[in-house]
Amino acid sequence: MYPDDLKYSKEHEWVRMNGNIAEIGVTVFAQESLGDVVFVDLPDVGTDVAQFAKFGEIESVKAVSDLFSPVGGKIVEVNAAAIDSPEVVNEEPYGTGWLIKVELADASQLDDLMDSATYQPTLE
Amino acid sequence: MTISAHAGDIDRRLLMDRSVTGRKAFTLPDSDVPEQNLPDSSFLRDDVELPEVSQLEVIRYFSVLSQLNFSIDTNFYPLGSCTMKYNPKINDELSNLPGLADIHPLQPDETVQGAIRLLKNLQDDLGEITGLPGVSLAPLAGAQGEYAGLLIARAYHNARNDSVRTVAIIPDSAHGTNPASAAMAGLDVVTVRSDDQGNVDVVNLRELANENTAVFMLTIPSTLGLFEPNILELTKIIHDVGGLVYADGANLNALLGLVKLGDLGVDICHSNLHKTFSTPHGGGGPGSGPVMVTDELAKFLPKPVAEKTDDGYVLATPEMSVGSINGFHGSFSIAVRAYAYIKALGLEGLQSVSENAIISANYIQAKLRDKYDLAADRYCMHETVLSAARQKKRGVAGLDIAKRLLDFGIHAPTMYFPMIVDEALMVEPTESESKETLDHFIAVMRQIDDEVDSAPELVHEAPHDLPVTRLDEATAARKPVLRWTAD
Amino acid sequence: MASSANTSVNHPYIPSTDSERAEMLEVIGVDSLDGLLGDIPIEHRHPKLDIDAGLSEQELSTVFGSIAAENASSSSGYISFLGAGSYSHYIPSTVRSILQRGEFVTAYTPYQPEAAQGTLQVGFEFQTIICQLTGMEVANAGMYDGPTAFAEACLMAARVTKRTKIGVLSTADRRLPDTLLAYSKYQGIEIVEISTDATEIPDDLACIGIQSPNFFGEIEDIERLTNLAHENGALSVVHVNPTALGMFKAPGEFDVDIVTAEGQPLGVPMAFGGPYVGLFACKKAHIRQMPGRIIGRTTDTKGRAGYVLTLQTREQHIRRERATSNICTSTQLIGLMVTVYTATLGKQGIKDLASLCYQKAHYAASEINGLAGFSVESLGSGGTFFHEFVVTCPESVSKINAALLDKKIIGGLDISDRLDNGMLVCVTETSSKADIDKFVQALSQIGASA
Ligand SMILES: Cc1ncc(COP(=O)(O)O)c(C=O)c1O
Repeated sequence: MYPDDLKYSKEHEWVRMNGNIAEIGVTVFAQESLGDVVFVDLPDVGTDVAQFAKFGEIESVKAVSDLFSPVGGKIVEVNAAAIDSPEVVNEEPYGTGWLIKVELADASQLDDLMDSATYQPTLE
Repeated sequence: MTISAHAGDIDRRLLMDRSVTGRKAFTLPDSDVPEQNLPDSSFLRDDVELPEVSQLEVIRYFSVLSQLNFSIDTNFYPLGSCTMKYNPKINDELSNLPGLADIHPLQPDETVQGAIRLLKNLQDDLGEITGLPGVSLAPLAGAQGEYAGLLIARAYHNARNDSVRTVAIIPDSAHGTNPASAAMAGLDVVTVRSDDQGNVDVVNLRELANENTAVFMLTIPSTLGLFEPNILELTKIIHDVGGLVYADGANLNALLGLVKLGDLGVDICHSNLHKTFSTPHGGGGPGSGPVMVTDELAKFLPKPVAEKTDDGYVLATPEMSVGSINGFHGSFSIAVRAYAYIKALGLEGLQSVSENAIISANYIQAKLRDKYDLAADRYCMHETVLSAARQKKRGVAGLDIAKRLLDFGIHAPTMYFPMIVDEALMVEPTESESKETLDHFIAVMRQIDDEVDSAPELVHEAPHDLPVTRLDEATAARKPVLRWTAD
Repeated sequence: MASSANTSVNHPYIPSTDSERAEMLEVIGVDSLDGLLGDIPIEHRHPKLDIDAGLSEQELSTVFGSIAAENASSSSGYISFLGAGSYSHYIPSTVRSILQRGEFVTAYTPYQPEAAQGTLQVGFEFQTIICQLTGMEVANAGMYDGPTAFAEACLMAARVTKRTKIGVLSTADRRLPDTLLAYSKYQGIEIVEISTDATEIPDDLACIGIQSPNFFGEIEDIERLTNLAHENGALSVVHVNPTALGMFKAPGEFDVDIVTAEGQPLGVPMAFGGPYVGLFACKKAHIRQMPGRIIGRTTDTKGRAGYVLTLQTREQHIRRERATSNICTSTQLIGLMVTVYTATLGKQGIKDLASLCYQKAHYAASEINGLAGFSVESLGSGGTFFHEFVVTCPESVSKINAALLDKKIIGGLDISDRLDNGMLVCVTETSSKADIDKFVQALSQIGASA
């Protein structure tokens, strides 16, 4: 449920690095606690986001949560599929349900995140 | 094609799908004035695509739809915080009297003396009941009453050149309208914790109250159906730092003639006439949320305020009024109903309302406490907050229990509010219900608790016997269909 | 302590008898009510209250009958030419009849959709009708009243554009900017007046708020003003009279962003100002910024169509201090009246109604304009008017209205704060030619003696 190749934040977002591009989404824990995701509000491509700053919102039928970026940088892509069919966030949170891609400004920020083994115990 | 026989089948086609060109339900009289020139055709539109149906079809369509509803007239409706009591029929009749229903809001005061006198008398009665004599009936619902009250608080501080006060302290158990109204009034919301007894945490309040506190918004009794035992201390803490105390009076049904909010140190409150004072809820309004204040704050009330002068009754604008929060004078027809209710009950009747509401809620609590957890283990006021935490552990959520109640013709309690109670089921029986009804509800709640183990699927899949089973709310929100379209 | 603890009286609204109360108290484990009130400070319990004793239903009818009889209305033989936001229209029997259905009247907000399909389907019909009338893509299930709907629309425009300056046309009813002011006072919003012939607007406006027909009854150039707004990155918010939409072009034809209206003319009694219903429609793109309840269609677990409250995350019970509005209880029942009314009038009726109002008002205007000392004015747009118009009188309107009142005529609204000796006259289908002629004749007599 919490792949080893990802890094995790305590706000329940994950990061997958491809070169200096950080792909970001929410964890299984986050999507299960929200329930059926019905809407995601994502920023425009080209805007900057700081580490741990709010970059959007995710909604289920009866709850809203802020999305916080685990790393800082320029947003280079947002997932249109998640906007058009928010259910992908429930179905494949680590795959087609990703949310944004960020050009990483400072690689050392990754050190502020948890690996799978550290993240999982925080959920209990 | 064979037509199958099901008397219960309902035709839910929308009006536009029933429309047949040329049908009509109504005719207007012919014009009796000489024909006037029409404006240039560039101003004019083609047809308005409204349905074309017969008069019988209008009546049958809406009558059949009405039968798909639960309501006070047809069902026990113990929806906590909503005070679903009997809505006396005479009130509706009186509000429709010629001379009340057909007067224009801008008529000269001398032509509407009866109407203004009625408003003045209702103001006086509400002032007396709450112990807060300054009253405006302008607010159109509870939330607008809250907003009006917060505007008054801000105007009061500003008038004292005390404009740094920008914080509203609100308990974590508060209704959503409280923080939303505070935000509209430009106040920063700071949340005060509840303690393990469900009371406002006095220590925490003391930490939070300071020279920035504009107002403390407190629901009395609380949304847990409890009376704050430390109320006098709470209001003192706020007054000592120069703040004002606002009481959300949505739960006033517990207090009629038993205690006056003004005596407890409350400066401002609102009351929902569509709860305590029996005006029908209408499936979501109209409401009325009068705001009541101390004499000192009366000059800030929203306009209008009915007053008696030597020349008769007038609609006046208070000296430093926070202004117009809506178009005219508030929900007049609702005020008529509420006044009729107060007149019908009189002092003893009003006291009896709260007494019976409190006894009924405690009776239910006493009879269910072995099966359901309580949000707070003590006597409640007019409503009891149960928790389905025990049932949740056995695999059935509060939501499922709520839906299962519908199968028995009982409306669900308020669910998942207040937010600080796990699996909350807030039950408010009101004084209107007989002991037989309460006993039936108790028996059903106990049976559902049995079903959690004996027939869990019955509870999970409830309701079974209603016009629809559970509805797919996720798809409704993902792909909103919000109106009829031709296809 | 003024009264004893066991005050309970038996009343038709309260079923419990003394013995049932005693039984319940025993189960609870207390002797009397006071055993349950321990948390209320004892010195404040059972205060003295100055409230009269209760009345029987028959007495109640008498008391209210005499209150009603103190008011002047059509039922006591008066004719009236007041409008300005509340209008006299005939209400068909179907509206009154459906309003007797307790299943609609005594239900709560449809939080349990399975037990509220009636209310919800009516709300969906209401949203449909508002869209059809205004030509807009989506509508909500109703706001408190017209002015609050307008105020909330302007605040919504501020959220959409992320701007804080709101323009309101100078020809609008002052109730609109006044309510907006009360709603926006502490939200860092600035309200500026825009003249109806403006060709330039500040480039940081969130919206232009346009009333059409305007306060003076005239149709505004919605198209030009909307284009002007859009050229400057602002939205256009148009506040309409729904009856006028039976004949005049719908705002949706002009790319308007948000449309609001007072719904009262559509089958709702004037009732001294309320309760009414605010109509609210917008472009689909802005829906997540819309305030108020919204009803959507979906399916149940058996695939049958049904209706639910939807997009609820905008609302106070979920988003709390970040909600699009604090509105909770609104005006569902008045929405039902509007729905039954428009369904009853139907496609032909709404057209006939608008035409009848137009014909009668224009007849009255031409008759009054022919009187010595009186003239019908065009203020603002100079366009045509619908069923209200402005008259300048030969002397103060207060004097004229006092003289009219002696003849059981409630004259038009005194608007001398906006125009010297100005009177705003409204004529709808409920005024007969005889009523209009009586009014004109009375004006002529009063004018001659001025
Ligand atoms: C505790 C409480 N406060 C405020 C409100 C808001 O009142 P209204 O819905 O009339 O705006 C409600 C009811 O919904 C309530 O239960």
